[in-house]
Amino acid sequence: MVSEAAPAAVLPAETRAAIEREIAKYPQRRGALLPALHLVQAERGFISREQARALAEIFEIRPIEVMEVVSFYNMFYDRPQGRHHVYVCTNLPCSLRGARQLLGALESHLGVKPGETTKDGRITLGHEECLGACAYAPMLRVDETYYENLDVEQARQIVDRLA
Amino acid sequence: MGLEAPYVTGYLSEHFAEGDYGTLDGYIARGGYEAAKRALTQLTPTQVVDEVKASGLQGRGGAGFPTGQKWSFMPAGRDKPKYLVCNADESEPGSFKDRLLMERAPHLMLEGILIGAFGTGAEKTFVYVRGEYAESARRVQRAIDQATARGLFGANILGTGFRHDVMLMRGAGAYICGEETGLLESLEGKKGQPRKKPPFPAQYGAFGMPTTVNNVETFCHVPHILRRGAAWFKGIGTDKSPGNTIFGVSGHVARPGLYELPLGTKLDTILFEHAGGVPGGRKVKGVIPGGMSMPILPAGMLDVPMANEFLRERKTMLGTGGIMVMDETTCMVRVGCVISYFFRDESCGQCTQCREGTGWMHKVLNRIERGAGNPDDVDLLLDVAGKMEGTTICAFSDAAAWPIQGLLRHFRADFDAHVKLGRCPFPESFAL
Repeated sequence: MVSEAAPAAVLPAETRAAIEREIAKYPQRRGALLPALHLVQAERGFISREQARALAEIFEIRPIEVMEVVSFYNMFYDRPQGRHHVYVCTNLPCSLRGARQLLGALESHLGVKPGETTKDGRITLGHEECLGACAYAPMLRVDETYYENLDVEQARQIVDRLA
Repeated sequence: MGLEAPYVTGYLSEHFAEGDYGTLDGYIARGGYEAAKRALTQLTPTQVVDEVKASGLQGRGGAGFPTGQKWSFMPAGRDKPKYLVCNADESEPGSFKDRLLMERAPHLMLEGILIGAFGTGAEKTFVYVRGEYAESARRVQRAIDQATARGLFGANILGTGFRHDVMLMRGAGAYICGEETGLLESLEGKKGQPRKKPPFPAQYGAFGMPTTVNNVETFCHVPHILRRGAAWFKGIGTDKSPGNTIFGVSGHVARPGLYELPLGTKLDTILFEHAGGVPGGRKVKGVIPGGMSMPILPAGMLDVPMANEFLRERKTMLGTGGIMVMDETTCMVRVGCVISYFFRDESCGQCTQCREGTGWMHKVLNRIERGAGNPDDVDLLLDVAGKMEGTTICAFSDAAAWPIQGLLRHFRADFDAHVKLGRCPFPESFAL
């Protein structure tokens, strides 16, 4: 069941204020929906149904219109994620330079398949399409940071350092 | 961390190794914003558009449309707001030049935007940066803030009375938002599903207003054209494809990286003289010349000048200049599997031919790679690809069909061998 918490409790005042500042930049209110989703997702790492409903009220649209945007874009999540995202680019330039071996090594190292989260909630592993690092392959995206020109050992060390 | 400067530099990238070129003062110290000053204080908007038209600059985002002509489609008059969009949603596999430009030369891009805004009479520019490019977004935002604080954006720019604001928006991971009308939908807070055209963005663009969308690199050429003149620009490259571009070279080469070279530079020159050829003494098998949407060329066709008028003769295109090299160990069916997975994953789902066709191609290619292909599967692939071409709202479906058609045009033997043997005959190929 969806909780009936008041929207104010679902989105803190600071987030609401930040969303209103985004809205002010656009010719139409709805233009700020993606920036607002980035802001809301920064709180808990995903967009909950309650948060989507609160956003729908702010943007004067239906909750399903918020969720269809969430589901359309790869970087928005509708369920809890690990504390860190570790993505291996497996598109062609990276695959030609060993990205699949790198992904396979991280799967065994972390004991999860792509799309899964480690039991301790630390890392969600995934593979991603081209990240614009084609000459520096293979590579990882860890949250907002790129690590390029990696070998398997370096990749393991990078994920081991994540708290 | 930022991207390395190109191995070969030219007028776009000559200062990229100098760290302060990305700052406002460093950029101004090297002549930055002089072209914009000249445009705003000495030229009329029509003269600006005419200069870019005369230069023959073609868009560097993949389609190669003449930039000056695109600008001239914007309606005159001030009865409604007009917008520019800087398409910084670089996501074409094999392409990473716009990331370099934003990280190393954000003010060059912004100066191009300012000149374009003056030429088209736009009141605002939206810079749409792909969500994954967090570092690019940080550097561009810092540059916008610096330039605005210095009076280069905002009200009454350089005392001319011209007003222009720039704002950055981050995408959230969707290849289709690089398609200009998909981008406009995303900018409006919606799913990035491309619009039917007409109406074209110059009539009905962002938020329903006249809009011009240009790629990051395209804007970066503009200050150089205004500074040195259309005739100078036309003297670089080929007659029909003037100017430099920044090629990205990846895959099986000794020196993968970025190379700024004139359009019309031969593909084999880029690969062997600049990028050091294939390592390990192996031979080239095939090269994708312009990002993943563009059909592959076999080893025997690499003496082609990298400009559309020559590439078209070989049934491919320049695209975004992302060059991907595959050596002789490479299984071209696996290449097809990777390509079709990408397009299946990124299809926005609006049009049946694309939504279903990308899935079919992926399924059939995987079946062939597994050794479970039927004798008529190769023809089935050609049939599906043929039905995806020219039948949908946007060019994504064509972009998904072309590379598979290209693989079958030049490497059909790889596909037939899989079906005949019931397994993949390329044990040393890259892993899937």
